[in-house]
Amino acid sequence: MRLPFPLIAGLGILVLLLLCALLPGAIAPYDPLAFDYTAMLAAPGRAHLFGTDQFGRDLLSRTIHATRIDLQIALFATIGPLLIGGAIGLLVGWFGGLADTLVGRLIDLVQTFPFLVLVIAIVAVLGPGLENMYVAVAIVGWVFYARLMRGEVLVQKHADYIAAARALGYSQPRLMLRHILPNAIRPVLIYLVTDMALAILLGSSLGYLGLGAQPPTPEWGVLIADGKNFFTTAPWMSLFPGLAIVLTGLGFSLTGDGLADLMDVRR
Amino acid sequence: MTPALLEVEHLSKRFPLRRTAFDALRGHPRPILQAVNDVSLSVARGEALGIVGESGCGKSTLARCLVRLHDPDSGTIRYDGADVLALAGAARRAFNRRVQMVFQDPYGSLNPRMTIHDALAEALRVHAVVPPAAIPARVAELLALVHLPPDAATRRPHAFSGGQRQRIGIARALAVEPAIIVADEPVSALDVSVQAQIVNLFLELQERLGLTLLFITHDLRLVRHVTHRVAVMYLGRIVEIGPTPALFAAPRHPYTQALLAAAPRLVAPSLVAPSLVGGRRRREAATRGELPGGAAIPAGCAFHPRCPVAVERCRRELPSLTPRGTPWPVACHLAGDPA
Repeated sequence: MRLPFPLIAGLGILVLLLLCALLPGAIAPYDPLAFDYTAMLAAPGRAHLFGTDQFGRDLLSRTIHATRIDLQIALFATIGPLLIGGAIGLLVGWFGGLADTLVGRLIDLVQTFPFLVLVIAIVAVLGPGLENMYVAVAIVGWVFYARLMRGEVLVQKHADYIAAARALGYSQPRLMLRHILPNAIRPVLIYLVTDMALAILLGSSLGYLGLGAQPPTPEWGVLIADGKNFFTTAPWMSLFPGLAIVLTGLGFSLTGDGLADLMDVRR
Repeated sequence: MTPALLEVEHLSKRFPLRRTAFDALRGHPRPILQAVNDVSLSVARGEALGIVGESGCGKSTLARCLVRLHDPDSGTIRYDGADVLALAGAARRAFNRRVQMVFQDPYGSLNPRMTIHDALAEALRVHAVVPPAAIPARVAELLALVHLPPDAATRRPHAFSGGQRQRIGIARALAVEPAIIVADEPVSALDVSVQAQIVNLFLELQERLGLTLLFITHDLRLVRHVTHRVAVMYLGRIVEIGPTPALFAAPRHPYTQALLAAAPRLVAPSLVAPSLVGGRRRREAATRGELPGGAAIPAGCAFHPRCPVAVERCRRELPSLTPRGTPWPVACHLAGDPA
């Protein structure tokens, strides 16, 4: 079986990022927290590929060390919504009735609020920090997964193969987990990969606002925020962490596209 | 005649339809689709019963009630003397094993994510048809039974043609060793050349396995080819039920006559054109107009607006399905009436 090109490219980027996340010390040329007053705000060059910040900290090292926390955000900020939303969508889609109506209204209600505003509001109540951000994203983000899953379950549950399985006397859990779920999960998984990219942007946004990762932990959003005061004199301070976000988003998106191709049963 | 294996009495199934909020506010009642209406029939062990009728006459709903995909609103279904509708839990699963269904759409009726082996093995495992160790061998047997190559087991449904998929659907139904197969338009989605193969497969299996067959179709040629008896349905009711060859040779109900007349190659025109109803001879026994929807069934005999021989009584009074001096039951006031 030939792997689709986007999948190879996407996985290549993700493997690179994973290496940075697992072995930042081995890859980064400098200590990300070490000040160097002889090279403050140094432009990108041979000594510092990405330049340095106002304390002379090497930006390449800081960007590499930030990978771990940002990939962690991509994972933890999506796994909660995926599990909660997927399970709710599967249950209400399959059983229907009053619960389906209520959950449907709840989904509509949550979606009328801007996602970012709602997350920021919840984090502001719970207090800044990544753990609280994960909680806030789970509280709001599950609706997107639930809506996707529910819609797909509604399509699949009227298919004849489900009627055939019911006529064979299969149990409800078997019908849901063995027959409905594998056929309904594809759009959800594809959205998951896109959502991971969005989660990193969200983590960076909250970091930028001071609600996410707390300094001095290097995090891409925080790095961009740090650079904003020096943007006219040292644009590299914001540029390179921004490119890291773009690259990560690209990696997830390509992987998602590739997975979509791969999961097409017609292949 | 051997005692009935499956007995249906006064079976009815209604589906409430949606009404607009405006209609609801004006107090209009919710429209109801009367899909199956007071249907009674019985099938003997080893028999092949055909159920024919136009699209929308309730054939499929009846079939789905019989395998308990729908719960009927009233009436009884008895399998081997036991009340099917009262079954629950293990007894219901045991019934599921006895009565299996083959679906119309060979593309939609197979789980696209399961290999053929997985789909067949699942049925074998859930119902403990054979010991787990014997499952691969049994899967191979099932595939051989429906004339598919053994390597079909490793593939998924998308790798097969419509006719092959229908064979897989049949193999899945046969996996649990049922006594009755309810086949709902099993070949109408297939090419004509493939139809014959599948129909012959049904005949072969019926003979080899002693299956009882409920063959639901709108294609009269197939009914004649496959079945011993045939029931003709119109708007949810059986209007005529009798032995296939005799009924095809001399249909008693004007609707049956019209159906047969609409299939020109099936019977000589001389058999169809002279209406046998009430001695009145008509040139054409063809129906007029379109099939009314099941939500607005005409009063009296449901067929009267399209019937070429309808009289005033047909508009008022519902004819019951009884022998009226005819060799088999007919639901027509004018059938067998010498006047």
